[in-house]
Amino acid sequence: MEKKDTFILGGKEFSSRFILGSGKYSMELIKAAVENAGAEIITLAVRRTNTKKNENILDYIPDNVTLLPNTSGARDAKEAVRIARMSRELGCGDFVKIEIMKDSKYLLPDNVETIKATEMLAKEGFVVLPYMYPDLYAARDLANAGAAAVMPLASPIGSNKGLATKEFIQILIDETDLPVIVDAGIGRPSQACEAMEMGAAAIMANTAIATAGDIPLMAGAFKSAIEAGRSAYLAGLGRVLERGASASDPLTGFLRD
Amino acid sequence: MLQEQNQFFIDSDKLSGAALEHKHLIENDPSARTNHMEYMEGMEKISSGIMEKVLSAIDNYDYNKYTGFDVKRALNSQTCSIEDFKALLSPAAMPFLEEMAQRAKTETSKHFGNTVYLFTPLYIANYCENYCIYCGFNCYNDINRKKLDMEEIEHEMKVIADSGIEEILMLTGESRSMSDVTYIGEACKLASKYFRNVGLEIYPVNSDEYKYLHECGADYVTVFQETYNPEKYEKLHLMGHKRVFPYRFDAQERAIIGGMRGVGISALLGLSDFRKDALATALHAYYLQRKYPHVEYSLSCPRLRPIINNDKINPLDVHEKQLCQVLCAYRIFLPYIGITVSSREQKHFRDGIVKIAATKVSAGVSTGIGDHESKYEGWEDENAGDEQFEISDARSFEEMYGDMSSEGLQPVLNDYVYV
Repeated sequence: MEKKDTFILGGKEFSSRFILGSGKYSMELIKAAVENAGAEIITLAVRRTNTKKNENILDYIPDNVTLLPNTSGARDAKEAVRIARMSRELGCGDFVKIEIMKDSKYLLPDNVETIKATEMLAKEGFVVLPYMYPDLYAARDLANAGAAAVMPLASPIGSNKGLATKEFIQILIDETDLPVIVDAGIGRPSQACEAMEMGAAAIMANTAIATAGDIPLMAGAFKSAIEAGRSAYLAGLGRVLERGASASDPLTGFLRD
Repeated sequence: MLQEQNQFFIDSDKLSGAALEHKHLIENDPSARTNHMEYMEGMEKISSGIMEKVLSAIDNYDYNKYTGFDVKRALNSQTCSIEDFKALLSPAAMPFLEEMAQRAKTETSKHFGNTVYLFTPLYIANYCENYCIYCGFNCYNDINRKKLDMEEIEHEMKVIADSGIEEILMLTGESRSMSDVTYIGEACKLASKYFRNVGLEIYPVNSDEYKYLHECGADYVTVFQETYNPEKYEKLHLMGHKRVFPYRFDAQERAIIGGMRGVGISALLGLSDFRKDALATALHAYYLQRKYPHVEYSLSCPRLRPIINNDKINPLDVHEKQLCQVLCAYRIFLPYIGITVSSREQKHFRDGIVKIAATKVSAGVSTGIGDHESKYEGWEDENAGDEQFEISDARSFEEMYGDMSSEGLQPVLNDYVYV
């Protein structure tokens, strides 16, 4: 029997490699987006769930989906830890995506504070997925601090600019043992596909889907692209010719013994 | 046909002879007024440098020199420089309003998706010590004054919270003696019981006072500079602590020093040259963001409205098209920033602008004091304090929620945790 291609986060096995965001579109579309995306994990901001009675985003998320609450709004490790604990109290489970931003313009993650928060939360039994700037040293520190994966950004959040940090993400994929989930800035299915071809474990996207004309259709397009990229990675990419055809007479043909 | 200049001066027959005499003196004799650039006793001075940058930018802003070519270049460039922004604010950009709106919409949806935030203001007192000639709360205006006590505030909050609102903006008239910082702090403590998100729009205070108010539960501070033209400012704010231009200018920065998460910035369009005031408003936010990148910023765009005893006040040359131009330019220049459009604007404008540039609208609004229950239930409350200005969109929270949803937007009641 063919072995299922899955990946593991916090002891949980996932077969979908598409993590869906929920924050930028109408809640009634969440279910359709999840279904079309085939997503098993959906992120949500704890601060959006901190609502009273109207329109709690949690009410719109299908039961069989794993929640990945994020700490957006945290400006340092201490605040992230507090928001994560709040998330657990709200019944959002043990998964947490750490987002610590000290810049309201680009929302770039602060790696130093993120490492601190990861260490504290991992000790408290959280399954910690840190959003990070793709820096190898930070990725190693996050691994040592107990992260379940790393989530490097492809380009600034919401920018739809694609794999601007491609070379550095490749280094993380090559040099760390944790799953690398490419997060933020992926604007098109083709970019998601490319990241998967590189060996990313999964893709997280929100704005690209939220700003599409047809949200469920775009969710489906991402699903196909991510699957295609994963298959390509597993198949082993063929040789890509840099310039024209290869020489039929090899340069080393003269060697005799 | 609108009048070319507003007639602000209104005399009440209830003023004493001495009061009337003083009013006329400061209205007519500039030398009888205090120096508006000089701090009053007790006002904290911080070393900022932002005001000088903003004032020099508006001094040098000649919006008539920009052409359609500059506007097109701005619209075609990936990022929007200050020069690009100046072109977008210029009269030359008016023929490109639709293109600007398209670009603004794209930027808004990248950063906010299709969400729209709902909130309501709560005025807890309308006593004021200032004579700002265009404002309904000004100390010479004959209106019903009121300051709610804690019990009354709690009652108002219950009524508002029951309607479904989770974010509140508490306002007072600008009177330290009638509504002191402790009073406002106590109101903040109550507000954090009933609401998820508490903002303040009160007289500017010192950073230690902002810190206290933050500890009481408030996390956002909005201060309107009204106009960024100091000479014009001096002619509009004739008396009181509000007269001090630089102390007001630095209020947001003191609030940030006091630990507030976010600050709101605005000019009141129609008081002075609106293109210069719009430039100053955005640059005020821009320079603050560069200095304090962790803080959340928002802009408002109020236009002058009629007040009690003076129904002729109007926003002069700032028509809806100009307001839309300003908001699109704000959005393109500062794509990550929150933009609030209040009930000073009519339904059709608010419904349209949330699809382009605005991210937050008020609902269930009263600018009076202690009259939420009567307003929500539709009866007259004789004991209520009078309004600051006339509103143009009286939709309830429920109506607004329904209207925003049917426009294809996702209303958000709270996106905030106090940490």
